[in-house]
Amino acid sequence: MTMPPQGIKPAIAPPTLWICEHCDTVYRRRKLARGEVARCARCDAILARHHSLNVNGMLALVITAMIAFVQANIWPIVTLGLNGQLISATLWGCITMMWQEHSQVVAVIAALTLFFFPILKMSLLFWVLLFARQRRRAPGFRAVMVLLYRIGPWTMSEVFVLGALVAIVKAHMYFDVLPNPGIFAYGVLMLIITAFSSIDVRRLWDLTEETPA
Amino acid sequence: MTDLPRASDLGLIGCHVCRLVCRDVKGDNAVCPRCGSVLHKRKSSSYTRTWALLIAAFMFYVPANVLPIMRTVSLGDVDDNTILSGIIELWVKGSPDLAIIVFTASIMVPVLKFFALSLLLISSQRGSKWAQRQRSKLYRLVEFIGYWSMLDVFVVALLTALVQFGFFSQVEPLPGVVFFGLTVVITMIASMTFDPRLIWDGRDFDD
Repeated sequence: MTMPPQGIKPAIAPPTLWICEHCDTVYRRRKLARGEVARCARCDAILARHHSLNVNGMLALVITAMIAFVQANIWPIVTLGLNGQLISATLWGCITMMWQEHSQVVAVIAALTLFFFPILKMSLLFWVLLFARQRRRAPGFRAVMVLLYRIGPWTMSEVFVLGALVAIVKAHMYFDVLPNPGIFAYGVLMLIITAFSSIDVRRLWDLTEETPA
Repeated sequence: MTDLPRASDLGLIGCHVCRLVCRDVKGDNAVCPRCGSVLHKRKSSSYTRTWALLIAAFMFYVPANVLPIMRTVSLGDVDDNTILSGIIELWVKGSPDLAIIVFTASIMVPVLKFFALSLLLISSQRGSKWAQRQRSKLYRLVEFIGYWSMLDVFVVALLTALVQFGFFSQVEPLPGVVFFGLTVVITMIASMTFDPRLIWDGRDFDD
C-alpha cells in the first residue's frame, strides 16, 4: 500500500461543509453556541463540538501535562516494604526490568505507549500550538498534524493509572505497599488527558493560515 | 432520515486526517491538497484486512488465556497465574471491585470486540439494513474501549519490576502476557481498519 505522495490533488469544495466520518453524510456547517455538540442525524456520531478552550487554553493544558509527565517519570510510582527493606519502581525501571526478564515484546509496547508516544504527542502539540497563537502554521505543520493523527490511539497513560492501582492492590497481598508521588502525578495526567479528549486538534487546520511561518 | 445526502453521492470526498472536504476525482491516487494524505472514498479492502487481523488476533488470544502470564515465587512456593486465575485471586484476596475492572478489561472487552467486529463485518458484507444506527454506535464503542485492555499487561510489568531486587519472593512475566499484549494491539488495528461507512453502504461498495 505505498501510494505515490505526488498523486492527483482534487479541487477543494466550499469550506462550508461537514462530512460525518462514520457514515459519510454531508452537512452544512454552522456556528455552535456554547456547550453545543453537533451530532450526525444518520448515525449519531459527533460532527463537531463548541470550542470551549481557545489555543492559549490548550497550550496551557499541554504545558501542565508535560510538567505532570516529567514528575510522573522521575518519581517512583510505588514503594514496596518487606522486612524493613524498601524497594521503589519508576516507569523506566519497569520497562528495563521487563526487557531483562525476556519479555522484550511487552517492554517495547509499554515503552512506546507509556513513554515515547506521550512525549512525542505533547511535544508536537506544544510546537503547533505555540505558532497557532499567532494564527500561524508552525514549520512542518503538515507533517506534525498528520503524525498527531496517527499516534492518537497509541498513547495509553490513562490506562497505566488503572494498571498501577491494580498492581498496588495485588502487591498488597504479599507486601506493604506505599503509593508514591509518581502515581499521583499520573493521576493528574489522567485528568488532563480526559479534559483534552473532547478537543479535536484538527480544528487547527482552520484556525491557522496557509502562510509559510 | 435516509434522504440525507452522502458524500459519495454528491461527488465529494472528506480527508480523514484533516477533515478537508474535496471534490472527488476519478482514479485512486488522489491526495489531500491540504495535508497530503491519501484520499480514500472507503478504506481500501476494509473487509479482507479486518477479517485477517481479527482472525490473527483470535489466534493470539487463545494462548494469551491458556498460558500463564505471571509467576509469583514466595517462600519457595511457585504460583503461575493465568489471566483468569489472577482475577480470581484478586477477587478472593484483594478487592472484588478491582477484580471486576480487570475482568472487564481483560476478558469481556476482547471477547466483546471479537463478537462486535465479526457482527459488523458479516452484517455489512451482506448489505444489511438492520439496526444501522445501533451498529454505528457499537463500532464507536469498540474503538473507544479497545485500549483499556492493556491494563493487565501494565499490571504485570509493574509487579515484575517491583518485586525484583533482593527479595526472596519474586514475580516473573510469562509468555502469556506477550500473546495478550499482541492480541490487544492487533484488535486495535483491526477496529481501525474497519470502515464504519460500510455499515450504511449497502451492496454497492463490496470489494
